[in-house]
Amino acid sequence: MTGTSLRRAGAGAWRRVLLRLLFTLALPAVLVTAWWVASDGSTNVYWPPLRTILKAFPDVWTGERLRTDVRPSVLRLLGGYATAAVVGVALGTVIGSYRRVRAVCEPVLEFLRAVPPPVLVPVIMLFAGIGDTMKVVVIASGCVWPVLLNTVEGVRAVDPVMAETARSYGISGPARLRGVVLPSASPQIFAGLRQALSIGIILMVISEMFAASNGLGFTIVQFQRGFAIADMWTGILVLGLLGFVLSVLFQVVERRVLGWYHGLRASTRRSP
Amino acid sequence: MRGANLALGAAGLAAFLALGEAVPRLGLVKEAYFPPTSRIAGALGDELADSAFWTALGDTLTGWALGLAIAVGAGIVAGVIVSVVPHLREATASTIEFLRPIPSVALIPLAVLLYGTELRSVLLLVVYASFWQILIQVLYGVQDVDPVAEETARSYGLGTWARVRHVLWPTALPYVMTGVRLAAAVALILVITAELVIGAPGLGARIAVAQTSQAVPEMYALIVVTGVLGLLINVGARTVERRALAWHQSVRGEVAV
Repeated sequence: MTGTSLRRAGAGAWRRVLLRLLFTLALPAVLVTAWWVASDGSTNVYWPPLRTILKAFPDVWTGERLRTDVRPSVLRLLGGYATAAVVGVALGTVIGSYRRVRAVCEPVLEFLRAVPPPVLVPVIMLFAGIGDTMKVVVIASGCVWPVLLNTVEGVRAVDPVMAETARSYGISGPARLRGVVLPSASPQIFAGLRQALSIGIILMVISEMFAASNGLGFTIVQFQRGFAIADMWTGILVLGLLGFVLSVLFQVVERRVLGWYHGLRASTRRSP
Repeated sequence: MRGANLALGAAGLAAFLALGEAVPRLGLVKEAYFPPTSRIAGALGDELADSAFWTALGDTLTGWALGLAIAVGAGIVAGVIVSVVPHLREATASTIEFLRPIPSVALIPLAVLLYGTELRSVLLLVVYASFWQILIQVLYGVQDVDPVAEETARSYGLGTWARVRHVLWPTALPYVMTGVRLAAAVALILVITAELVIGAPGLGARIAVAQTSQAVPEMYALIVVTGVLGLLINVGARTVERRALAWHQSVRGEVAV
């Protein structure tokens, strides 16, 4: 490869990066500007100007508040979510692999999954009080179903040719699980984990709105009850940011774990 | 085969109910916190005889159905447009990724201020939550389109609409169906939440009343009702899914085994 073509390839890469940056930032910039202009000079109490909200932001979300409200919320969410992920994948693999087990468990699981998790808050409060345990249990009990459901579906839909091939090569037990079943189900499992993440955040906020002395949900409701509207809006923004950051982290993990899958699809795309 | 599955399922359910009766009776948990199955069933019978219960059920179902219908329609249309129009996926990705994870419950304070305990307050939460479930599944599904099928359709000169109809839609349909099923569940969660937290009339508000008046068996009975409601919704969604995906691997494989 000559120097010129190398330089040209470098320029092409730069252009691609710039283009991606433009795509990422253009629409958000337009929307924020629209919000700014539309709300500027707004006298409606409930829709304060974006300027006021942003001005209130640093006053409300100080280091102290990050430590006393954001950190406990995030820890509760992570605890519940991690529990749900482990339990969901483990149970889902077992249930998905054995047709009999699936038949026995299905009606009960269908019912338990169908109970909307927020109604469990009053029940779990009876047993676990209003402490952190209650919140973690609520989050775990809500997140586990999408993971479980998707794992069962993923394990059930393992490519029959692949399953037969593995069987004829005498691959069984843990090797079959690790080498055939889980990889084949992993795109589905990740779809479930992604759904569970948003349900987990919902439950984190609800459980804190119900009964708590700290946490994001608690704080935002306090602002609303005190008619601190601009502060309430900053709280909504913080929740949005938290959700966004978690989603980005999730994507990083997904890209690492499912890299082979996306690679496979991309290579099928390239080769005719 | 189907009969055997049904029998196994019934056995599982019976074991679950028996466990619910035995655990509090044996004193493993306090009866005041976890009433035995028979007492919950009794409380459920009282609820079913109460006309206020049926009004509450109607309110809950209205909020759920309206919210879900709006979200599904908007989600599918938005998802297909975003995937079909060139570059729109890239341009909207960051905005979707930012707006989607905003938990709709963060809007509860706003809903309370704007609409109080009206139906619109419930709809705001339900539509915001379920819309993204549908949209994301549509986008995932479109990403899964077989490149060979897509190229083939292109070389046969199929137009945009025909490709949406014959290549994109069949590929995305399993995802859309999963999306609808999950959105239906999420919509129920949000309806109940709005009623529970905001106090909009419905089953959730009844649960809150039962909780504050320490009527534990009634509270469990109402929770069972929400569970049965969710179950009917899921089974309904699954039936629709099975009908719509009769040709698909995950459904066909089940019959062949």
